[in-house]
Amino acid sequence: MAQAGVQHSMTLRTDAWWVAPLVTFVMLSAFVVYTTWRIIENQYYLAEPYLSPLYSPLLLLDWWPLSPAILILWAPGGFRLTCYYYRKAYYRSFVLSPPACAVDRGKPGEYCGETRFPLILQNLHRYFFYAAGVVLVFLWYDAFKAFVFDEKFGVGVGSIVLLLNAALLTMYSLSCHSFRHMIGGKLNVFSKCPTRFMLWKAVSGFNEHHMFWAWFSLIVVSLTDLYVRLVASGAIQDVRFI
Amino acid sequence: MAEATIMVFRGEAHQGGEEKEYTVPVQEGMVVLDALLYIQANYAGDLAVRWNCKAAKCGSCSAEINGKLGLTCKMRMDSLPLEEPVRVYPMKTFPLIKDLVTDVSWNYEIEKRIPPFAPPEGELTMYQEDIDRIQEFRKCIECFLCQNICHVLRTHDRKDSFFGPRYMIKIAELQMHPLDTVDRTELLNGDGGMGFCNITKCCTEVCPENIQITDNAIIPLKERVADRFFDPLLWILRKLAGK
Ligand code: SF4
Ligand code: SF4
Ligand code: FES
Ligand code: FES
Repeated sequence: MAQAGVQHSMTLRTDAWWVAPLVTFVMLSAFVVYTTWRIIENQYYLAEPYLSPLYSPLLLLDWWPLSPAILILWAPGGFRLTCYYYRKAYYRSFVLSPPACAVDRGKPGEYCGETRFPLILQNLHRYFFYAAGVVLVFLWYDAFKAFVFDEKFGVGVGSIVLLLNAALLTMYSLSCHSFRHMIGGKLNVFSKCPTRFMLWKAVSGFNEHHMFWAWFSLIVVSLTDLYVRLVASGAIQDVRFI
Repeated sequence: MAEATIMVFRGEAHQGGEEKEYTVPVQEGMVVLDALLYIQANYAGDLAVRWNCKAAKCGSCSAEINGKLGLTCKMRMDSLPLEEPVRVYPMKTFPLIKDLVTDVSWNYEIEKRIPPFAPPEGELTMYQEDIDRIQEFRKCIECFLCQNICHVLRTHDRKDSFFGPRYMIKIAELQMHPLDTVDRTELLNGDGGMGFCNITKCCTEVCPENIQITDNAIIPLKERVADRFFDPLLWILRKLAGK
């Protein structure tokens, strides 16, 4: 279809519209580079009783020659990759589709969004939600284990870090759009299902801050791994409170 | 009195156009529409500007001001950097009629393709908690700023394949209605072009009524489309249940 609207340059915006996509690009790239390096490194992930979230659950299998992190990270990785928030973030900052609002990049007709392979697979986000949910159970188990030192209760910086990590990842999952749909959003008549209505309202409240949970949990998961790495490699000593 | 330089796009359909410069005195509380009406009254009686309510409620005065989309009757002059000229353009996504007025009739054609509200026969009861959610969508003033900013329509001109965010909230409003009996999921996945939206949220950012278009309408509808067309487990369960 020929576009008959008034044509002008890519944008008439005069503000610094490029800052937000640039910051997102740098932050997400830093995360991807760091995690990839840590997966390849394949060591310093355990500093008893702390286990890095990138390696949890720890699957050390004879037949698997590569890093055990690969066996599990597809789940939380796929969860984030197909997350509605991150989709917005990387479509804007990596694919520049669009780089910012009212900044036109691309040509008329040349766009099919999420209608074709591979992006049509974004529709499977809910399955990654289930898979990441399983991993999350292990992360909670690790967080509780991080309070047990030689079979006695104790608290170290690592215990708190691992607990915070599990809590933030839980908030990230509970604020997921697919979860909001499953829990009650798919209903049209709430009055017949008061419990689901109540849960939907609670999840909708979390969901309003999904972007916040997405970033906060992403940063903390990296810092948790970094902390475990520093302790495991002997670069620092864990500080014990109890 | 302070003055502002306003560069207004002047042109006619199929003939192109150019920016014309005007100087306007700036008063306290002035909005961009005031400046345009000043130009119309003092320099260019033939300047085409569409407006009605001057209260951000009729949705007529949408335009692009310094590249940002908004209602000219809501955008205050003191929110703009007046040391630079203020550039006012018509909406880019729709065909130009004259100056700042565009032909938005494509939107009304889309509306006709959406099956209207269809309640069942007999006595009807509904509860407030069932309609709270869709009342947000009824705040729409049809300014079409969301349609204008949506890159699927604006940059890629896929008006042949995507209804646009304004009609996604229209469908959400009907589809989530507790008394509606029509299923529009197939329409959404087909002609509605739900998959074209890549949830980059510009529609939400621009909406003068602060409707959470993406989070509350588009994503929930995408999930409903996924339930129906992209969830193998639900498909098996539906088959087992004989639906
Ligand atoms: S979120 Fe979807 S409908 Fe809204 S502007 Fe972006 S692509 Fe268009
Ligand atoms: S949804 Fe908002 S931006 Fe879109 S037409 Fe309605 S009021 Fe305007
Ligand atoms: S939408 Fe972000 S995790 Fe599901
Ligand atoms: S004149 Fe009615 S919305 Fe601006």
